[in-house]
Amino acid sequence: MTGTANIRELLTRNIRTSGIYIAFVAIVALFFFLTGGTSLSPQNVTNLVLQYSYILILAIGMVMVIIAGHIDLSVGSVVAVTGAISAVLVIKHDVPWWGGVLAALGTGVLIGAWQGFWVAFVGIPAFITTLAGMLLFRGLTLLVLGNISLSPFPAQYQKIASGFQNGLLGGDGYDVFTLVVFGVAVAGYFFSAWRTRSQRIAYEQPVEAFPLFIVKLVVVAAVVMWFAWQLANARGLPNVLIILAILVIAYSLVTQRTVFGRHVYAVGGNLAAAMLSGVKVRWVNFGVMLNMGVLASVAGIVYSSRSNGAQPAAGNMFELDAIAACFIGGAAVTGGVGRVTGAIVGGLIMAVMSNGMQLMGVDQSVQSVVKGLVLLLAVAFDVYNKRRAGAR
Amino acid sequence: MPKHILEMRKITKTFPGVKALSEVELSVIDGEIHGICGENGAGKSTLMKVLSGVYPYGTYEGDIVFDDEVQKFHSIPDSEHKGIVIIHQELALIPYLSVAENIFLGNERRGKNGMIDWNQTNHDAMRLLEQVGLDENPTTPVNQLGVGKQQLIEIAKALSKDVRLLILDEPTSALNDDDSEHLLGLLRTLKERGITSIMISHKLNEIQEVCDRTTIIRDGHTIETIDVVNEAGIQDRIIRGMVGRDLTNRYPKREHVVGDELFRVEDWTVYHPTQPGRVVVDNASFNVRKGEVVGIAGVMGAGRTELAMSLFGRSYGRDISGRMYMHGEEIHVRDVSEAIKNGLAYATEDRKRYGLNLIDDVRRNISSAALFKLAKRGWVDGNKEIKVAEEYRGSMNIKTPSVMQTVGNLSGGNQQKVVLSKWIYSDAEVMILDEPTRGIDVGAKYEIYTIVNRLVAAGKAVIIISSELPELLGTCDRIYTLAFGVVTGEVPVAEATQEGLMTLMTQEKATKDKEVRA
Repeated sequence: MTGTANIRELLTRNIRTSGIYIAFVAIVALFFFLTGGTSLSPQNVTNLVLQYSYILILAIGMVMVIIAGHIDLSVGSVVAVTGAISAVLVIKHDVPWWGGVLAALGTGVLIGAWQGFWVAFVGIPAFITTLAGMLLFRGLTLLVLGNISLSPFPAQYQKIASGFQNGLLGGDGYDVFTLVVFGVAVAGYFFSAWRTRSQRIAYEQPVEAFPLFIVKLVVVAAVVMWFAWQLANARGLPNVLIILAILVIAYSLVTQRTVFGRHVYAVGGNLAAAMLSGVKVRWVNFGVMLNMGVLASVAGIVYSSRSNGAQPAAGNMFELDAIAACFIGGAAVTGGVGRVTGAIVGGLIMAVMSNGMQLMGVDQSVQSVVKGLVLLLAVAFDVYNKRRAGAR
Repeated sequence: MPKHILEMRKITKTFPGVKALSEVELSVIDGEIHGICGENGAGKSTLMKVLSGVYPYGTYEGDIVFDDEVQKFHSIPDSEHKGIVIIHQELALIPYLSVAENIFLGNERRGKNGMIDWNQTNHDAMRLLEQVGLDENPTTPVNQLGVGKQQLIEIAKALSKDVRLLILDEPTSALNDDDSEHLLGLLRTLKERGITSIMISHKLNEIQEVCDRTTIIRDGHTIETIDVVNEAGIQDRIIRGMVGRDLTNRYPKREHVVGDELFRVEDWTVYHPTQPGRVVVDNASFNVRKGEVVGIAGVMGAGRTELAMSLFGRSYGRDISGRMYMHGEEIHVRDVSEAIKNGLAYATEDRKRYGLNLIDDVRRNISSAALFKLAKRGWVDGNKEIKVAEEYRGSMNIKTPSVMQTVGNLSGGNQQKVVLSKWIYSDAEVMILDEPTRGIDVGAKYEIYTIVNRLVAAGKAVIIISSELPELLGTCDRIYTLAFGVVTGEVPVAEATQEGLMTLMTQEKATKDKEVRA
């Protein structure tokens, strides 16, 4: 089947994923006008990245858990406990900053393995396991911290989340290094999009029309380079953005291109069929829970670094933001459907909304109401689409 | 001139891009049993959904005339109010509720203050159960009953709504012969009481047995309505109408070139997973040779699927004992991935629940059992995967616009071809096909048999599990019979008859505990 698909066909076929990008652009535009342009100022764009990075990191792990048909309610507590352990070692016992990082990651591995064990090998539903984990790890946080906050971290530790790469290649008022990094990224994107397209043509699969393809590339490049320009004009390339970019690329590849990733989709899509196709379902479930633990500890490190300390109540309700990001990003409640990029965009929608409303001085209570409604509408949209697709 | 209870006139129903029904005519005489035949995707179910109000008035063109009045049903309750009740292929009972609760679901027997009157409910339920010939306590949860009995409960539920026109969609597809017989008998009884029935069925001998007339639908058009008479040519005429061509032979011819023994099972015993001490497969031994098709015949509950799944990586049962040999060497298979590596494949009888990831595409379903063949160090070669899928789309004649199509959108026959592709791609040497043609139409069945022939011609061995004896007689070289978990016979196809097999399949009935059947 050779041929090109037109815009409408592409949109309808990918409404689930494309709808989310359209919504994202609309929300960004809305707040641009409502805040009189402040929301897209260089300073604010940088802040946005710093402020919501840990939710996005959690969303990456969470979307895999959700695709596999589970849920994880404990990630907020895991963020707290890993940050606390790191803080106790680095602040109280003068362990070097990387010692704290390794200890936090190690704790994440142990916690992930612990929850994976109960979910995969004992067969306790993840909802229950992680509800228990939420209480358990919150309690451990209090124990570790002795009920008090710890701060401040040494400068190197703070730099993990609050530092910038700036001035490496100079530049007058704007950071050349940032622009170069983004330029290389855009070139890489061009290359991979081009390769994918020519391979699909070689395998006689439908692709979008050539002008549309070019328009898509140009729009993406323009948006990305504009974003780079904003960062370069502010404080340069945030370290956190580097961490986030590596994670997004790595996990997109893991979910889309590896056997493990495909097994995650298979388990969530039809557990019994996956089992009868030779998928080692238990190990897949163990894997996603383990991975969630590790990513929660990464978020814990980033959060403790950014807040420059560890607090007993750190990470409270983070799990709900992460879960909401996944569902807004098109993941299915029943499992088997979802994408890392979708969850990231879902998370960004939440971030832009919260940030925009803060800039406008909207009351906390109203913010919560709006976020709740957006989550509900996003899932309603998903359900509506499914019903329409299944109407035959 | 007989009175027509129902006339559907020039019914046209379009979905975006597809005309599912095109000026379909259906008229049903008061008091008859009316069959509807057609291949999968011909539009039978769509027509019944139009009739029962699933597709409300205004979403289709044409008239539904019931009781000499044009009806405008907006929902299922509208049509039920007039006495039209549909029983779907997939039963809609709630497993943990009792028989009586299910019968009166949505139609509860209320007492004075709006509370449910349980005595009245159970009493009425008992009456209805008597009418359908079911001797069960109305307070039993329905999940403790077999499919056959659940089907009867659906009918009892319909009777509780004062049904005048009962529509049954493939009512016997999941039933064994005894239960089917009982159900068909019940339809006749209802007919004597003046209840009209419409029966959609793929089983032509059932149509011949109970129906007065039958309407044939093909590609959304009414082909003809014929009086069903008891003569030999009638089934051929129906098939001709359904497929639009002559099927002189329902089973393709095959050169029987049987080689050395490929796979052997000895003393295979399996216990029930949750009921300790209950033997499901009892000391079963059998073998299959290269290039051979072996049948396993047994009624539902005989342990056929349980035998197959326990062999396939211990996917069923506990305390499994026995030995398996491949090429004369004993193999030890502890899980499904080891079974696949040892060259076994199992295509399930319930492809939607156990065989396919319905929300994923054709391509990924085909590769799902042998992803390791496409992967290097854990990374999947996506382009090669597309190439493989395209090859199977061609060689297996899977009708889909693209290999990126979601499998859930394909017809039953094409879904089954995807399942077979998946196992062929896994390089299986021994393929166990459990009810490979269940729920698929005559044309696709023929294609599946052709694929089986191709497999054995390539030196593979195929084991077919089926409850349709003509299918086994038409495709196999040898047939084993299974009754209550015991292999009761081994018959070369040349010596096999339906009667002989049926005797072997029911042999152990007297000696075994009746519990085992349930």
